[in-house]
Amino acid sequence: MSGTDPLPAAAGGIAIEWPRIVLPIATLALGILAWDLVVRLKEIPPFILPGPGLVAATLANDWTLLWDSLLVTLATTLQGLALALAGGIGLAILFNQSRLIEHSLYPYAVILQVTPVVAVAPLLLIYLPQQAAVLACAWIVAFFPILANTTLGLNSVDRNLVDLFEIYGASRLKVLLRLKLPAALPYMLGGLKIAGGLSLIGAVVAEIAAGSAGAGSGLAYRIAESGYRLNIPRMFAALILLSITGIVIFFALSLLSWLLLRRWHESAIAADR
Amino acid sequence: MPPAAASTPLVTLAGVAKHFANGTLALDRFDLTIRNGEFLSLLGPSGCGKSTALRLIAGLGEPTRGGIAWSGAKGGGRRRNGLDVGFVFQEPTLMPWASVFRNVMLPLELEGAAHAVATERAAQALERVGLTSFRDAYPRELSGGMKMRVSIARALVTDPPLLLMDEPFAALDEITRFKLNNDLLELWRAVGHTVIFVTHSVFESVYLSSRIVVMTPRPGRVFAELAIDAPYPRDESFRTSAEYAGYCRIASQALSSAMAGGGP
Repeated sequence: MSGTDPLPAAAGGIAIEWPRIVLPIATLALGILAWDLVVRLKEIPPFILPGPGLVAATLANDWTLLWDSLLVTLATTLQGLALALAGGIGLAILFNQSRLIEHSLYPYAVILQVTPVVAVAPLLLIYLPQQAAVLACAWIVAFFPILANTTLGLNSVDRNLVDLFEIYGASRLKVLLRLKLPAALPYMLGGLKIAGGLSLIGAVVAEIAAGSAGAGSGLAYRIAESGYRLNIPRMFAALILLSITGIVIFFALSLLSWLLLRRWHESAIAADR
Repeated sequence: MPPAAASTPLVTLAGVAKHFANGTLALDRFDLTIRNGEFLSLLGPSGCGKSTALRLIAGLGEPTRGGIAWSGAKGGGRRRNGLDVGFVFQEPTLMPWASVFRNVMLPLELEGAAHAVATERAAQALERVGLTSFRDAYPRELSGGMKMRVSIARALVTDPPLLLMDEPFAALDEITRFKLNNDLLELWRAVGHTVIFVTHSVFESVYLSSRIVVMTPRPGRVFAELAIDAPYPRDESFRTSAEYAGYCRIASQALSSAMAGGGP
């Protein structure tokens, strides 16, 4: 019967769609051109709006300084993300195993999430060493999407599969490892994708808050510092680096998600027609 | 298998009632003896408690009243573990993240079987349903009928004496369903296990079963029993025979009276 059915293409390759690559680049080029023209024609001084050429030159000249700062911010972001991943998944598993713990702790997880991190950062900076405070901020904003998504995923397991595991007398641990965690994986990865960007935001917010206190060396601190010195070109250069960092994090996590799901999950499979 | 071996009881349900928390009385005073080697269909309208009965036999939930006794089982007539039953759900219920082979191997892995043994038996089970060449495929790459075959292979992999099937082919197209009906009968004759098959299709139940139990709805109770004495193997010529049509008429009438008389 079905043996003759053609197999749908499993892991659909990433089809190259030229408009999706060319159009954004063209838009960017046009934007930079317009920016350059406005600055030149209106003779805007660099301390108000530097032209793209000057920003590029600053990026090149200050590269060592900016690169070191980028590494600091990136390290904070990735550490915050790793801790958020561990904390979010760990807490979600704990919630899933015990209603008591879930009811006791979940409201506080929500409170932690809805309280603006900008407002929390200055307090954390008082009580924690600066590096720890920055990391804590990155963690606070990044862990909730992972917790919420993983919780949803763990609770979205096919009821029949749960019954099947029960029929075969599977232990709680086996149900968790063999059934619930794999079923929750797509949700976790969705949460991770959101958390990646948020972790960077958390790190930046904390660095800015810490920056006004004096110490620090991350990219966001460079932006704040350059602002005080009216070094506008360097502000732009640091901002561009931050954007690129965010984009790279997003694409890296998307790639991770695709690699893990490409064989079986609908989200990672290209439509066939 | 039938009729000589079909005499000894395998499972006996006596006065079973099942109350759900929402107040539904799914089964009441439900008596049924399943005999070794028979192909028994539970026939009834939706919501008549067929699936509830099947789930209770599988050990999913406890009866509110009455008891389920396994003959020959250790531990005081109670089911010991998953080795005793295979369960096929209405949906294929495969793990989408695991290959066909890993899906079939699952029951053995959950029971802690040695890897070598599990691998060999899973390969055998896949061969029985004719899917050996798809062992590394993922469920989403298979058609509905193939998924159901994988599900059947998984249920058979532990070699259970009793196979429980909950409307397994209801969601399939008729051509696929007929084909799977034939394959299931062949499997049953080859393996020699006992089957309880839940369905709301008169035609399917007559074609497959050696015995049909017609159930009343709300609460589910045995309304009539009907032996289908047509000899196996059955094939397409049976499906078009006058004998088949006659049995279908009887089963249909029993079902109609069950539905008419089953109400409060």
